[in-house]
Amino acid sequence: MIQYIKDLFSGIWNLLQGMKITMINFIRKPITECYPENRGTKVYAERFRGELTMPHNANNEHKCTGCGICQMNCPNGTITVKTKQITTDDGKTKKILDQYLYDLGSCTFCGLCTMGCPQKAIVWSNNFEHSVYRRATLVKQLNKEGSKLEEKKVVAPQQEEKKVINSNTNQQQ
Amino acid sequence: MSLELENVVKLAHDGLTSSLPGWAAAAIEYVLVGVLLLALYCVLALILIFLERKICARFQCRLGPNRVGPWGSLQLIADMVKILLKEIVKISKSDKLLYYVAIFLAIIGSFCTFGALQFGKGLACIDFNVGIFYILAISSLGVIGILLAGWSSNNKYTLIGAMRSGAQLISYELSAGISILTMVILAGSLNISDIINGQENAWFIFQAPLPALIAFIIYLIAGHAETNRGPFDLPEAESELTAGYHTEYSGIQYGFFYLAEYLNMFIIAGVATTVFLGGWQPFHIHADWASGFNHVMDYIPSYIWFLGKAFSLVLLSLWVRWTFPRLRIDQLLHLEWKILMPISLLNMLVMAVWVLIF
Repeated sequence: MIQYIKDLFSGIWNLLQGMKITMINFIRKPITECYPENRGTKVYAERFRGELTMPHNANNEHKCTGCGICQMNCPNGTITVKTKQITTDDGKTKKILDQYLYDLGSCTFCGLCTMGCPQKAIVWSNNFEHSVYRRATLVKQLNKEGSKLEEKKVVAPQQEEKKVINSNTNQQQ
Repeated sequence: MSLELENVVKLAHDGLTSSLPGWAAAAIEYVLVGVLLLALYCVLALILIFLERKICARFQCRLGPNRVGPWGSLQLIADMVKILLKEIVKISKSDKLLYYVAIFLAIIGSFCTFGALQFGKGLACIDFNVGIFYILAISSLGVIGILLAGWSSNNKYTLIGAMRSGAQLISYELSAGISILTMVILAGSLNISDIINGQENAWFIFQAPLPALIAFIIYLIAGHAETNRGPFDLPEAESELTAGYHTEYSGIQYGFFYLAEYLNMFIIAGVATTVFLGGWQPFHIHADWASGFNHVMDYIPSYIWFLGKAFSLVLLSLWVRWTFPRLRIDQLLHLEWKILMPISLLNMLVMAVWVLIF
């Protein structure tokens, strides 16, 4: 009999605790996002991977040297780096980026490309509104027309070193 | 008291009886009252469904319907039109007659109980000496519809759901009935008007605080179980039985079951309001110093009082529904036969002693 009464009151106590928790949730602000309305105001997490971009500075210069590490890192062939040979003014032959093709349709947003990039030339942007009408539109060229490699403002020996690394990776490729 | 609807009713009655013979006036009044009640029934159902969707959303930290109309208020109209336009599926191997009759039984049971509620001062459609007994009796009629629906659909899910519903209603009707009986002891009458008038100075829940409060809680639990909702939704346990007894119904037939379920929730709240919380009586403090307060309370129309109390109880029932997990059938029967039933019997004894002493 004592056990019965004890069970009864502990049961009621437990039920009240459950109701307290739901009431706390009831009073809380709903976490639902009203998406199209909050387009301008919504703040996204910095690390949110929307799509791959290649930032260009004001002079239409990017940092991509065309090394192709991102292309090798990519597990499903999303990135194609096309390079071309040019001759500089002082007569040297140099390999520069021609087209950086990124197929959004096959990207899994794993982030291995940006992690491996030695120049930090590609970064993730927060834009997630990707829908297009044709699949071919999903293949994007990330380097802008007429853009060129950003010149390094560093001392010469380091540049030499970088070149060596670059040539090594090219050989591996 | 210009806000009371009593005068409007009296005016309509006088107008009809003065210009028409008695039988014609009575016939017109019956039809008018029926139509008004049906309209109220449908409007309340829409409000309740909207309320349920909004509030369950808040309990889950969502927003609920918010696209159609302001705050999603037209969503219900859209859903209603959708359900009216849907095809009524005919089951080839069902018991045709019972299959079609079942829905009407379910909704008639609910509607007749609804008609017996008193919505305000002078707004009583059915008022006779065994009113509360009538409510208890007629509200159990709905389960016949549920049982028939489950049986005639010729489907194992519906049959299991209907049998569970039957077992549940028969069990919980007992403690609901006993807790109402407890209050009838206090009121000394089965007449709903007398019960409400007896609470003019203080609601029954304040007149006999201990036994009335226990009876109130037991009635709310048992009534909640009778509506087949919340933690007691075994008859339509969607994870086990698809949709329980109304699995095979579609379109407007399903809509009827839906309507009856939501209105039953309101009816339980309405009966609890009538018996425990003073029906349409305003909140009065029976003391000399509180006469000003009582006057202010009197200015709120009686139907607002009734609807306000009933809707607060509906909110409580929604709160319970969206908090607790579903019971197993043995737990359900254990709760009724080993906990609620003995306590309510004991409580009735306490109430009888209370009435004798005070």
